[in-house]
Amino acid sequence: MTEPRKFRYIGRHRRAVEHRRFVVGKGRYAADIQLQGLLHVAIVASPHAHAKIISIDTAAALAMPGVHAVLTGEELNVNTEAMLPGVDAPQVKRYPLAHGVARYSGEWVVAIVAESRALAEDAAELVEVEYEPLPHIVDPEQALQADAPLVHAANGSNVIFQRVFNWGEVDAHFAAAPHKLSYRARWARSSTVPIETFAVSAWSNDATGILDVWASIQMPKFPDQLARALRMPGNAVRVHFDVDVGGSYGVKRGLKHAVLVGYLARKTGRPVRFIEDRLENMRGGDMQGPDRIFDVTLAFDGRGIIRSMRMRAVDDVGAYAGRSPLQLGKPVGAIIGPYRIASVQYEAISVMTNKTPQEAVRGFGQAPTNYAIETGIDKVARYLNMDRIELRLRNLIGKDEFPYLIPSGTTYDSGDYATVLGKALDAAPLAEIEKERDALRARGQLAGIGISTCLEPSGGNSAFEPLFNPKNQTTTWMDSCLIRIDLNESITALMGTSTSGQAHETLVSTVVGEVLDREPDSIRVLHADSLNALPSNSPVGSRMAIMLGGAAAGAAKKLRAKLMRIAAHNLGLPESELVYQDGNIAAKTEPAKRLTWGQLVEIAHRKIHQMPKGDEPGLQEKFVLEVPTGGKLPTADGRVQMYPCHSFETHLVLASLDPQTCKVTVHRYVCGHDCGVMISPDVVHGMTYGGIAHGLGAALMEKFAFSDDGQLLSGTFMDYLLPSSMEVPSISIVDHCTPSPLTEFGQKGSGEAGYLGGPAAIASAINDALAPVGASIDALPMTPYALWHALARAEKNSS
Amino acid sequence: MKAAAFDYVRPDSLRETLELLEQHGDDAKLIAGGQSLVPMMAMRLTRPALLIDINRLAELKNLKRSAGSILMGAGTRQRSVEDDTALHAQLPLVKCALAWVGHAQTRNRGTVGGSLVHADPSAELPLAALILDARLHLKSKAKGERELPVSEFFLGPMFSDTGATECLTAIEWPVWERQGTGAAFDEVAIRHGDFALASAAAQVQVDAQGVCLRANVGAGGVDGVPRAFPAIAERLVGQRLDNDDLLRSVAVDATATCEPGNDPHASAEYRRHLATVLMERVLRQAAWAAAASFEGSK
Amino acid sequence: MSKIKLTSIAIKVNGVVREAQVEPRTTLVDFLRDTLFLTGTHIGCEHGVCGACSVLVDGDPVRSCCMFAVQADGLSVTTVEGLAPERGKLSAIQDAFCEKHAMQCGYCTPGMLIACHALVERNPHPDEAAIREAISGNLCRCTGYQQIVDAVKHATGAKSGAHD
Ligand code: FES
Ligand code: FES
Repeated sequence: MTEPRKFRYIGRHRRAVEHRRFVVGKGRYAADIQLQGLLHVAIVASPHAHAKIISIDTAAALAMPGVHAVLTGEELNVNTEAMLPGVDAPQVKRYPLAHGVARYSGEWVVAIVAESRALAEDAAELVEVEYEPLPHIVDPEQALQADAPLVHAANGSNVIFQRVFNWGEVDAHFAAAPHKLSYRARWARSSTVPIETFAVSAWSNDATGILDVWASIQMPKFPDQLARALRMPGNAVRVHFDVDVGGSYGVKRGLKHAVLVGYLARKTGRPVRFIEDRLENMRGGDMQGPDRIFDVTLAFDGRGIIRSMRMRAVDDVGAYAGRSPLQLGKPVGAIIGPYRIASVQYEAISVMTNKTPQEAVRGFGQAPTNYAIETGIDKVARYLNMDRIELRLRNLIGKDEFPYLIPSGTTYDSGDYATVLGKALDAAPLAEIEKERDALRARGQLAGIGISTCLEPSGGNSAFEPLFNPKNQTTTWMDSCLIRIDLNESITALMGTSTSGQAHETLVSTVVGEVLDREPDSIRVLHADSLNALPSNSPVGSRMAIMLGGAAAGAAKKLRAKLMRIAAHNLGLPESELVYQDGNIAAKTEPAKRLTWGQLVEIAHRKIHQMPKGDEPGLQEKFVLEVPTGGKLPTADGRVQMYPCHSFETHLVLASLDPQTCKVTVHRYVCGHDCGVMISPDVVHGMTYGGIAHGLGAALMEKFAFSDDGQLLSGTFMDYLLPSSMEVPSISIVDHCTPSPLTEFGQKGSGEAGYLGGPAAIASAINDALAPVGASIDALPMTPYALWHALARAEKNSS
Repeated sequence: MKAAAFDYVRPDSLRETLELLEQHGDDAKLIAGGQSLVPMMAMRLTRPALLIDINRLAELKNLKRSAGSILMGAGTRQRSVEDDTALHAQLPLVKCALAWVGHAQTRNRGTVGGSLVHADPSAELPLAALILDARLHLKSKAKGERELPVSEFFLGPMFSDTGATECLTAIEWPVWERQGTGAAFDEVAIRHGDFALASAAAQVQVDAQGVCLRANVGAGGVDGVPRAFPAIAERLVGQRLDNDDLLRSVAVDATATCEPGNDPHASAEYRRHLATVLMERVLRQAAWAAAASFEGSK
Repeated sequence: MSKIKLTSIAIKVNGVVREAQVEPRTTLVDFLRDTLFLTGTHIGCEHGVCGACSVLVDGDPVRSCCMFAVQADGLSVTTVEGLAPERGKLSAIQDAFCEKHAMQCGYCTPGMLIACHALVERNPHPDEAAIREAISGNLCRCTGYQQIVDAVKHATGAKSGAHD
């Protein structure tokens, strides 16, 4: 293993550039943008899980003073293109407003535009919609049955994607394995639920023909898709990425919101804005997350060596699908977790039901899969009566085995899993946590220790697109950066996407400062708008440290090379005789012979006569970075390199539950984390803490629950519970650094850290706590009520 | 989520308030702290034509201490009760209950009277008032002042015996003798500060030998209204309270009379179970606190 | 639909009396954001759970989505824009939030700062439990709260957790 490089700015504590505006209330979020003459949108939503829309009477609403437009699907759908599903299912058509049929309770049916949001809501109450309820389906397994009501009749089935992959000698490995263990693990419908809902404003300038859009967006290719849906040329839609996004973690994909508002802005000729209120966000914002049933069988020997795995995952995507089915595809790139499992059979089934649609959630499907794998690892240990840590150590890929090719075609770049695990155990330290556990048990609590060891694929590529949709041949997911040095010697870097808390301005300025050896705080980083931006695929898939950081480094290196050429030309020395320091360039042997940063910049900007032949005047360079390892289509049997880099995390948790009330307390939390070289350690730690808290929510309290008649029961912040500072424990993070050989500085991604292994570890702790009384639970969220049920079941079984 | 339009008035006196109520009746709604009312209005679950703001009425913020009771203006902010340490000694159960009420931001606005009138079956202050057998003072222009025990006040979920033209003006809290009295409040909520899945409260008084002189216990979240069980608690009188079987039997018999509801967070059966467990616990804790009150005075 | 009726109010916001005509149904947070353009105060739920809308009313933290602007008539309101001791400076808490990376997307931050300012006003040296309690009515989806707790400790002179 190579030693991490030494850096001047990278890896050091540095105040994030963005914070300065946030702490004084000067952030600029989509809802903060005030346009003159702004009109506001309210929505009439379907109260039915599935219903035919017989008629819509908008007359009274339209007649109300202050109302400018009332829009139904009938008008909108003929004037816009349907939004595309991520898989090949052309009959699953999706528009912002339902037309003819409403397929879930909360689906938008009518949009009202008025002088104020309050007035729009008043008018919404006057719209009369006549429905004829249709048979509906809310249970994903029933939705798979042949006689189930169809969510999209034209699709002929509720299954929107299904494929069985066989990677390696599954049957042979199963036949040879002395032990097999089957289990079911259930991941509940939860999501990232940012504190900011989705907001979008649009204004159409008839004279220029440009539609300006400000949106709280985190979505690859959003401007292109918006233009396509609105039937506008790409160069007529300008999405402003200089909007601070109030959290996303995957879900801020308000394409339907933006299509609606863009259309309304063009229709009314006025700026129009829609800010989802929280009720709309939860019910009709189409931002719920994976909802999965895993049926898994592991094949292993008496020493606990796991040879093969069969996994069937049914994911309930809700009534429509954007990219949600692909969330079963991304885990293909880490389907064996950190373990040496030699073969895998994986069946992925995306099924539609009459529920609010699912959207991308932190980890893009990996956290549920990790939870399912880890549940099995613990079960094998329990079955063999073996220590869970020892079992993991026997199966973890060794640090000398990298690059490691997994059966599904991805090569893990680097790692040292056992060391990270060991560091976390030492930091805890495990013996002390065991003592605490015993003390809790002595006090009558059910206490347990949880552990998980999980992969965190990063550097987000789109390889799941061709894997799940042969008609889609996307093999690149580039990102870019443009840097210029102005005549006054300052550096400005431009990125082509918005930021939702990942501190990209800090990332880019640190990287550019490192490469150009200039003080990062002097470097300005801006978010271009989509008509001025180089291509970006947005901060998804834990990719920006790698992709934006890599692109920024690439552009900065080009500038540095140009400065070297200018210096060599003017000092009359070969570049090999020169040293670059702080932006000044001097002769190695004769330091007085030098050109300062200012002089170099001046030459580039003003003195073409002093420029080396072939160099353009000015200092401006761009770099478009292709995803490392990208560029390939999947093989016929579905093997593909998914993401390039692979971070690793291990979680160690001490939790207890009160055996009578079943209330859970998390007492200790240690996370060992290796994401290679950290460019901004505070940012990485922050995201990891946040990911753990989010994972705690998914494990213990968060769920979009639906009634049998398809009504959302957790549509407010009083019913859908995000953990507060009282539920999230104090967390210790133990860092380790195994640099990636594939990236500029050895960095890997970490935007999904914490969430990918947290739920598994908390579930593990709870099952360890329940084990002494013969109880177990394999479904999230493990609420007090669910735990009480599990205990009661165990009691019944034992009597 | 914007409220339906309404008219707003902020009267300067209680008299004026009652006149307005008389005039507008059901169309009007009083707003005190507004911590439950404003969200309900925002969701358009309630839509008064006239909102009468009594939040600043000094007349509703008086606190009169007398032997044996405290007369607390209904508009007293929860936060000011929380900050009044003298009050804690006299109303230990109210102090215990407030520790579970919402958050600093809501307690700063929320009033004691508002919480009672709102009558959420799992709210803390209504339960505390029931256990202590508080008396409520209501006023209307036409009928003048009316007093009733809080046990007659809660009629159903979010439904209290407050006439359309009436204003709750004060709560009369009985003060138990300090020595020998102990109180406890406990609840289970998935998240801190939320309304509980179930809650329980108790206040007991014991003599120096630990024999119970007086006791009451109750539970929230297990019925359409908060419940107190004075008759069942009566069984404790004359007994030592370090008897777990006795406490359990009181709790079990008490919850047997409840009719909890089902929702995604908890089934009826689980809520009943929780209330039983919590009632036993608060009785035990209250007994400890009661015993400890002697140690403090020695 | 009756004609829109407006009420005159005067609220002292960040030290300056602001007079306006508002519809009674306008919440304090909507008034701050849409009428005064003080967009630092955020909206997360409009039903009193998330705390993003927290402001100080007469010095006490309250949720401005659970209060109508007319109710604040004659009172004094401090928003995040008014927390700094002077233009260009930061309060100790604001500074510590920057130093300890106590935010990511920054959306909950104004409400968090209000809660933390109110806390140290009452309790200048809070321990971890008091800090967690004080911010428990403010939901943050980014940070897991840890660096917020660290920041308050840092600002109030207590020892911080991991990664000092
Ligand atoms: S917006 Fe006020 S508490 Fe959430
Ligand atoms: S920093 Fe994003 S919600 Fe707190």
